[in-house]
Amino acid sequence: MIVNRRGFMAALAASALLAFGAGPVAAEDKFIVVASTTSTEQSGLFGSLLPAFERDTGIKVRVVALGTGQALDMARRGDADVVFVHDVAAEEKFVAEGFGVKRLPVMYNDFVLIGPKSDPAKIAGSKDMLDALRKIEASRSPFASRGDKSGTHAAELRYWKAAGVDLDAKKGTWYRDTGSGMGPTLNTASSMNAYVLADRGTWLAFKNRGELAILVEGDQKLFNQYGVMLVNPAKHPHVKKELGQTFVDWIVSPLGQAAIANYRIEGRQLFFPDANR
Amino acid sequence: MNTFTDSFSVAAGLVAHLDPRFLAIVDLSLRVSLAATVIAAAIGLPLGAAIAVGRFPGRQALTIVLNALMGLPPVVVGLVVYLLLSRAGPLGSFGVLFTPTAMVIAQTILIVPIIAALSRQIVSDAWAEYHEQLQSLGASTMRAALTLLWDTRYSLITVLLAGFGRAIAEVGAVMIVGGNIDGVTRVMTTTIALETSKGDLPLALALGVVLVTIVLTLNAGAHATREWARARFG
Amino acid sequence: MQVRTPRGNGRGRALDEPVAPTGLPIVCATVGVRRGTTQLLADISTTFAARTRTVIVGANGAGKSTLLRVLHGLVIPSSGSVMWGGRAQHPKRQAMVFQRPVLLRRSAAANIRYALDLAGIHGAEADARIREALAEVGLLPLADRPARVLSGGEQQRVALARAWALAPEVLFLDEPTASLDPAATRAVEHIIRDIHARGTAIVMASHNLAQARRLADDILFLHDGRLAERTSSSTFFSRPASALARAFLDDE
Repeated sequence: MIVNRRGFMAALAASALLAFGAGPVAAEDKFIVVASTTSTEQSGLFGSLLPAFERDTGIKVRVVALGTGQALDMARRGDADVVFVHDVAAEEKFVAEGFGVKRLPVMYNDFVLIGPKSDPAKIAGSKDMLDALRKIEASRSPFASRGDKSGTHAAELRYWKAAGVDLDAKKGTWYRDTGSGMGPTLNTASSMNAYVLADRGTWLAFKNRGELAILVEGDQKLFNQYGVMLVNPAKHPHVKKELGQTFVDWIVSPLGQAAIANYRIEGRQLFFPDANR
Repeated sequence: MNTFTDSFSVAAGLVAHLDPRFLAIVDLSLRVSLAATVIAAAIGLPLGAAIAVGRFPGRQALTIVLNALMGLPPVVVGLVVYLLLSRAGPLGSFGVLFTPTAMVIAQTILIVPIIAALSRQIVSDAWAEYHEQLQSLGASTMRAALTLLWDTRYSLITVLLAGFGRAIAEVGAVMIVGGNIDGVTRVMTTTIALETSKGDLPLALALGVVLVTIVLTLNAGAHATREWARARFG
Repeated sequence: MQVRTPRGNGRGRALDEPVAPTGLPIVCATVGVRRGTTQLLADISTTFAARTRTVIVGANGAGKSTLLRVLHGLVIPSSGSVMWGGRAQHPKRQAMVFQRPVLLRRSAAANIRYALDLAGIHGAEADARIREALAEVGLLPLADRPARVLSGGEQQRVALARAWALAPEVLFLDEPTASLDPAATRAVEHIIRDIHARGTAIVMASHNLAQARRLADDILFLHDGRLAERTSSSTFFSRPASALARAFLDDE
C-alpha cells in the first residue's frame, strides 16, 4: 500500500514518467503540418488521401483543420508548412504578400444550397443560385451563415453581393450569422429549419439532417476551387520545405489526382482533380 | 430520446470491441491530463502550502487572486498559450505547438490555481490546528509546511482529483494549442466537439458517456481511499 | 552555570542524566500582552526556577494560556521582557503539551520520532528514547498504532511521551486533563510527577484546584491578566494573602 513516503514518491515518479510519454513524438518521424479546411477533413477526403501519401513517401501529415481564413492566418504566423484551402482571392493575396511560394490548383468540388423540405422560398430544383438567394431574401426565410472567414463563407458573401442583396441591414432577422464551422452551422440550420450554403462533401458526411435536403445545385457558379501552397521558407526558415514540397508535388501529380478522384461517398465522387487545367 | 439510447449502445460497442482509434484517444486524454496534474501538483501544492503558512504583505490579496484564477476560461488559456508557442511568438523556436506537450502546458496552467487555492485552504485549516505544537517542537515554517502537506495527503488527493477532472473535461485549451490532429493531438473532448459538428450525435454522446464514466470511477476510487485512510490513520 | 553542547558527546544524553539548566531561570519583567484593544496580560514580573512545579490558576480568561505561551516563546510580549537563562533568545530545551493533544497522522512511535528528528536525535538513540518514553507512559504495545485512532487519554499520554523523549528542562502544560475522564487524568498526573522527578521543571495551567493541590509546589494566581498572588501551594490554599485569591477560592 502506498502509505509510506518512499512508496508514495515512487508512485508519483512512475505516473510522471508514464504521463511524459505524452511528450513530443520521436524526432525521427518525418511529418509536416498542413493547415486546411474543415471541408476537406470532415468530408473524409483526408482520411482517404493521406494514408496513400504516407505509403508512397513515408511522410506523416498532421492536419489542423480550421476555416480558410484561420488556416491562412496560421500559415502567416509560420505554424504550418503547407496550406490547402479554397478561396482563390485570399490565396493569391497570401502569395503576393510573400507568405506562400506558389499557388497551384488541385481540385474543385461544388457547393449546394440546402434548405428545409417545406421550402418557404420555393426554390427547390432551381439551377440559378443568385435567383434562389433573391427569393430567400424576398420571403425573409431563415438563412444560417458560417460568418467565420472561411472559404465557404467568402463564397456565400460573393453570391449575395452578385445577387444584389445588401446583408448588413438583414443581420439578426432572417439572416443568422453563427460564426462557426460548417458542421455546427448545419446543426443550427437543422434545428432552425433554415437555408444554408454548404460544400457537398461535408453535407454528404453530415448525419444530423433533420428536415433539410439539397434544394439548389449544378449552377456553374457553385463550383469551388481548391489550391495548395508551400509556406515560404524565406519568411519562416523553420518550414520543412523539402517535405512540404513533396506533398505539393504529390497532390498535383497523377497519383495524387487519381486518389482524389477515387474518393466517393454513397458512390458519388465529391472532388474533381484539376491540377493540369 | 433515440439519440440517448443510441449513444449508450454505441458507447458499449466502442468499449467492447476495443476499437484502436478509440483507445488511442482515451489513452492520450488520460496521459495529457495526468501529466498536467502531476506538474501542476509539483507547482501548486508547495505554492498553496507556502501561502497558507507564510506571513507576508499582500498574502490576503494573493489568496483572493488565486481563488479567482480557479475560474480561468480554458479557451482564454488556450489562446494565450497558442500565442506564446506560435512560431511568431516568443517561445516558437521550441516547436511544441500542435503537439501533446503544448496541451500539457496549457492544461497545467489551467489547473495550477485550482490545486494551489484548494491546497492552501486545506493546509491553512491544518495549520490552525497544528502550528503551535509544531512551533513548540522547533519546526521551521518550511518544515512545518512540508509536514502538513504530508499529513493532509489524503485530503490533498481530492484536490488533485479536482484538478485532473477540470483538465480532462476541458476542450477550449487543447483544441487551440493541439489542433485536434487525427492520431496526434485528438483527445476525448475534442473528438466529441468534432463528432458533434459532423452531426454524429450518438457517437459524440457515447464518448461523453465514456469520459464521465472515467471521471466517476476515479472519484469513487479517491473517495474509497480517503475513507480507508480515515479509518486507518484517524 | 553548566553549559551544554547541543549535540552532546556523540552518544547523546542518557535519560537519567539531570537536565543542565541553560534556559533557566525564566525571568519575566513587567511583561504585558496586548491584542487589539484587549490587554491579555499586564505587568507580570516573576521567576521560574529549575525543577520546580508551578501551577497557574485563575478564572477563564484570566490569561493562563497566554502566560504559558509567553514563557514558551510562542507569543512575544507587547511590553516588558522575558529572559531565559539570562539570554533574550528562546532556548530549545522546552516542551509543551496542550489541552487537546496535537498528533500527526502517523503512528505513536512516529510522532515521537518526528519530534526527536527536529531536536537532532536520530537512529539508535532515537529508537531507545522512543521505547523508553512509550514504556514510561504505558503505551509500548500501541507504539505502531496510528496515533489519532487512540482514545483521548491515550493520545495525551503519547503527547507526554513525546515530551519525555525530548528530556526538556521545562515542560509547559495547558490544562492537559480538561478533556479527560478521572482515570485518564490520574494516569496523566502520574506521568507529570515522573517527568518532574527526572529533573524537568513543570509549569502548568489548570482550572482544577484539587489537581493544583496535588501537583504544585507553588501557585501562581492570575486575575484579569495580572499576577494577583504567587505563593507556595500550602500557603495559597490555607492562608491566601490577597482578597482576590480568597474570593477565587471561595467561588470554586
